[in-house]
Amino acid sequence: MLLNASGCLDALTAPEVARSLDAFVTKTITPEPRGGNAPVRIAETESGMLNSIGLANPGRERFLAETLPRLRKLDVPLWISVGGFSAEDYAATCAALEDVEAIELNLSCPNVDDAAETAGAIVAACRAATVLPLYAKLSPSTWDIAENARAVEAAGADGLSLVNTLRGLVLDERTLRPTLAAGSGGYSGPALKPVALAAVYACSRAVDLPIVGMGGVQTGLDVLELIAAGASAVALGTILFADPAAPARIRAELAAELAARDLGQLLDARGLAHSSLQISGSRSGNGTQKRAANKQKSTA
Amino acid sequence: MRRRLRRVAGVEAVGPYTLLHIERGDLDAGEPGQFFMLEAPGRVLPRPMSVCLATATELAFLIDPVGPGTRALCRLEHRDELNVLGPLGNGFDLDVERPVLVGGGIGVAPLPFLSERLGRPPALLGFRSEWHAEAAALVPNAEVCIEPTYVTELLPSGVIDVLACGPEPMLAALRALVPSAQLAWEAPMACGYGACFGCVVELDGELKRLCVEGPVLRAA
Repeated sequence: MLLNASGCLDALTAPEVARSLDAFVTKTITPEPRGGNAPVRIAETESGMLNSIGLANPGRERFLAETLPRLRKLDVPLWISVGGFSAEDYAATCAALEDVEAIELNLSCPNVDDAAETAGAIVAACRAATVLPLYAKLSPSTWDIAENARAVEAAGADGLSLVNTLRGLVLDERTLRPTLAAGSGGYSGPALKPVALAAVYACSRAVDLPIVGMGGVQTGLDVLELIAAGASAVALGTILFADPAAPARIRAELAAELAARDLGQLLDARGLAHSSLQISGSRSGNGTQKRAANKQKSTA
Repeated sequence: MRRRLRRVAGVEAVGPYTLLHIERGDLDAGEPGQFFMLEAPGRVLPRPMSVCLATATELAFLIDPVGPGTRALCRLEHRDELNVLGPLGNGFDLDVERPVLVGGGIGVAPLPFLSERLGRPPALLGFRSEWHAEAAALVPNAEVCIEPTYVTELLPSGVIDVLACGPEPMLAALRALVPSAQLAWEAPMACGYGACFGCVVELDGELKRLCVEGPVLRAA
């Protein structure tokens, strides 16, 4: 299953790109409208890009009244990305949503403390507010992302989205001042792939939740690697900026990768990365190894 | 919305700039002021470039090598291949009576195509040096000034149909002088088709995505 990463596609401006995905994930919706950060908002690096869009969005009321009805007409399954500055913010937006495929909680907002307790508290508040599937999108900017994954699982999350961007800084080569008006921004693109793989790998061993893997995906092989690390779906981000037809290309590449490996379907590859580790042994405890082994069985 | 792979048909130095010709094939050249996203070899993101010249067989883009992406584009050689996406955005409104084209620096880029489509109207071009001003040769009927003289000083009074592209201070000055001017703005953009929200400019307190609402915007 291929999705877009939140904030990397506007389905109303490019509906045919949204239709080439299995679901469309909206930009993050906050309770109040946000214009976002001042320009410059985009900077490229050698192996990725920075953005500091600043959660620009029309706010909950206008999103529900104007944007969502137009999105429904596209006939693409909708995931709504929800953000806020307190657990109540998130929960109020979740309570107002119905008849969408899933809600993705953007728990990596720069103005919200990303400690596991906070993420757990937000998920718990949202869990009480909706019966819709809740995916918790976690920041990779933590040493032990599995701890956050366990916290949001305990709080009632139905899945994980891994990962959001990393904080990065680009300096203008002439002035040696930050290129982005906001100073630093979110780092995405090819450089993020190993970070995403590590997060998916660690979290898939720590929790029994479906994972949407994302970060630096450019090819069918990148998708396969995230699935092998433990994801069950993959989202495309920065690659969509460079190539709006990337979903079709990546699907074709993925089909070729699966055929070349005698894998019948994509999810046959799920968790494969963990099996070699069991052979070579690891520093992790038996509990997580057992869980990974069970997962192998259940998806075989 | 699909990129097309195109071959470089030629590369010309024009002062400090590079005029990159690509084989047009079945590409729609669009309207003057519209742009293409050009794949920059070895870079993560493509770069937005307005169409400078359009013939039956070629499109040409004038590129100022100001950073790694534009430098990579300027290093392309004859017969190299690159992916292009476009035409994108909104170009100039060509329904004008007595047009005057105004360009500053690399903002001259869309004016040769625009001049051709409007029947070679008068143009005012400003550059920072004689070397940069070599690009003026691309625009017919052009009057050229070099800093510290600015194009706004050459603009006759009473002109209504100004079509301009150039640095922000120039556009802001034109805006104040000619409220009806059509101005082509520039901003770093990742995608060119409305996805990234990176290319917003603030106009009258509103943030507009240049790639879908511009890059040509009415001044008033």
